[in-house]
Amino acid sequence: MTVEDILKETNSAQKELIHILHRIQAEFGHIPPDSISAIAKHLRLSANEIFGVLTFYKAFTLEPKGEHVVTVCLGTACHVRGGVRIVEEFERKLGIKAGQTSPDRKFTLETVNCLGCCAIGPVVVVNGEYHSLVTQKMVDSILDKYRAAGRTS
Amino acid sequence: MRKLTHPDHLAEWRTKILEDRPTRKKTIVVTSGTCGQASGSLQVLDALRQEIDKRGLADTVGIEVTGCHGFCEMEPSLIIYPQGTFYKKLAPKDVPAILEETILKDKIIPSLTYTDPASGHRFSRQKEIPFYQKQMRLLTENNFHIEPERIEDYIALGGYQALGKALFDMTSEGVIDEIKASGLRGRGGAGFATGRKWELCREAPNHPKYVICNADEGDPGAYMDRSLLEGNPHSVVEGMIIGAYAIGASEGFIYVRMEYPLAIKHVTRALEQASKYGLLGPSILGSEFHFDIHIVQGAGAFVSGEETSLMASIEGRRAFPRQRPPFPAQEGLWGKPTNINNVETWANVPIIVNRGAADYAKIGTEKSKGTKIFSLVGKINNTGLVEVPMGITLREIIYDIGGGIKAKKALKAIQTGGPSGGCIPAEKIDLPIDYDSLVQAGAIMGSGGMIVMDEDTCMVDLARYFLGFTQEESCGKCVPCRVGTRQMFDLLTRITRGEGEPNDIARLEDLANTVKAASLCGLGQTAPNPILTTLRYFRHEYEAHIADKSCQARVCKDLVTYYIEPDKCIGCLLCKQNCPVNAISGERKKLHVVDQALCVKCGACYDVCPAKVRAVSRLTGKSRERIAP
Repeated sequence: MTVEDILKETNSAQKELIHILHRIQAEFGHIPPDSISAIAKHLRLSANEIFGVLTFYKAFTLEPKGEHVVTVCLGTACHVRGGVRIVEEFERKLGIKAGQTSPDRKFTLETVNCLGCCAIGPVVVVNGEYHSLVTQKMVDSILDKYRAAGRTS
Repeated sequence: MRKLTHPDHLAEWRTKILEDRPTRKKTIVVTSGTCGQASGSLQVLDALRQEIDKRGLADTVGIEVTGCHGFCEMEPSLIIYPQGTFYKKLAPKDVPAILEETILKDKIIPSLTYTDPASGHRFSRQKEIPFYQKQMRLLTENNFHIEPERIEDYIALGGYQALGKALFDMTSEGVIDEIKASGLRGRGGAGFATGRKWELCREAPNHPKYVICNADEGDPGAYMDRSLLEGNPHSVVEGMIIGAYAIGASEGFIYVRMEYPLAIKHVTRALEQASKYGLLGPSILGSEFHFDIHIVQGAGAFVSGEETSLMASIEGRRAFPRQRPPFPAQEGLWGKPTNINNVETWANVPIIVNRGAADYAKIGTEKSKGTKIFSLVGKINNTGLVEVPMGITLREIIYDIGGGIKAKKALKAIQTGGPSGGCIPAEKIDLPIDYDSLVQAGAIMGSGGMIVMDEDTCMVDLARYFLGFTQEESCGKCVPCRVGTRQMFDLLTRITRGEGEPNDIARLEDLANTVKAASLCGLGQTAPNPILTTLRYFRHEYEAHIADKSCQARVCKDLVTYYIEPDKCIGCLLCKQNCPVNAISGERKKLHVVDQALCVKCGACYDVCPAKVRAVSRLTGKSRERIAP
């Protein structure tokens, strides 16, 4: 599906903007920068406004993400159970900081402010798969699982 | 079933659903909310289905897949009805025995039953478990009995009856009066009187009017709204339709945060079904009332939980808050009168209409009526969602329901209300919980997050954590919040690094009070709360961090040195092998040494050092001088 197809399926009221961005992000894994002017034209807004909205919300990225997206929960419950240590261990193992993508584009490391499954914290989600009660020692084996595999989601 | 075009159709449909129910001897209810699925409930479910198939038991035992039952700690779990047998922490390998023993022979499998950590007693029936006994599950009880994607289950339990009653037996004003008389206050945090809010919106002269369900549950550590939307979406939808009728609104929106995909799925399905059966859309149940609900997915911005920001987000703009007044009841979505309530508030509405305000108002305290769902998380034995009557004490929640503190450690404080809330110290454990008592204690009800902290939690670090959160989530529109949260965060960071100056506490207080007074919206106005309450109750920890460079909880890394005691180390290599940065040297049966220049203070060595040996010390403050070069 192309950006044009998505735009054709949605009406051109401004309230559709976030919905459109969600669909493009889901389809391409990011918002291709050259799609901004097409969205702007469709909604009769300025490209500036589109850019403002898409950079405001964390859901949207202008850069493509890695093959596997590792999300470490840093909600309060995970924080008091040592979530920060888990992020740091991922950072060491992947050689990147949270928010970055590894140079081989295999992994993107992200943090999230609460997934609402606090009983099983610290929680790590990789490509939508939940890993519960994660310890520093488990980090390597979690990564191994995806290092070998191709894209799963 | 076709569209319901008359109030009597609802009762007829209900009778038919109950008649058509297959009569099986037993029903296995598998809880499968996000927590359950993350813990492996779907695998257990697969195994159950296969095993039932294999044994040809489909006529004897049915399976129901429900949302969350609240006892997150025990997931994946199931309940076998009619006995109410509760099995916890299941794996697919447990399934054959469950069918063989419990389903076919009515025998309990002791190893799968729940043991109360406080008393050591085993409980085989769900109702008897202390975690459930002290709760009052007004809103969450139906989560046991509803498959969220089946409207029939909700109807069977009397769903949409309140809507019928409101539309045909009550006037709009009558509904508002009923809600006012019930004493219901907003469950989103501030606790504004719901009936009064509706009235203001109804009286506003402009048209059309809108109602919004705020499901942008952003407070970290709170997830009751997710559980309601996932487990019983129709209760929220029904509440909204009744509210819209009372207010005179024609369109509604449910704004759900994107981090809740399962909730979005179930609500979307619920809206489709409600429309299909004529519970939404034109002429609801054959009345003259028309109303529709749309679902809007958030995009990852905490500030969109603030009502004016949320409306901006629905309009397709950046989630910037704006000055109030005008309040949404006068000028809300697209400048029209709008009533916005949170998920839990909406879910209370059908209950009030069904029970009557007088009956509902018997629950709770003088100024806080009804129940409240709390998410009990952190260093607590029974993590989970608990629904309790207002006025219950913290002690009852933490010890009777929550089963006490993990690993028998000492309770230090309870944090309520998320980043906008505050800490309640352990000595206030007999505080009865309602909107007003929490405010007096310096905290707030907030959305109901309740994070339990033990002696291993550093309060300065906790304040820093929350400020890190708010400064990142500050939208940047107003200066006090944008700059102030950042400055407070930097000050706290400096203190946790051991670089604090004697004046820093005064600076923090000054900043906190300014940001509180001058910020545009609730985010900034409440952002200093974590600092102010920790300063109120745990000032000595700030002072120790600044004056002695000491963190008694051993959380602030820059104030802690990991040191292997020469007289205790047995040279077992465990710490060396587990060190992620190879900072530990030493050979088998010889003393191990931490290279302080390499150490990243992750604590792995401390965690793995055998309990009998305890050779790894975490030195802080003055004790670090022992090993100083």
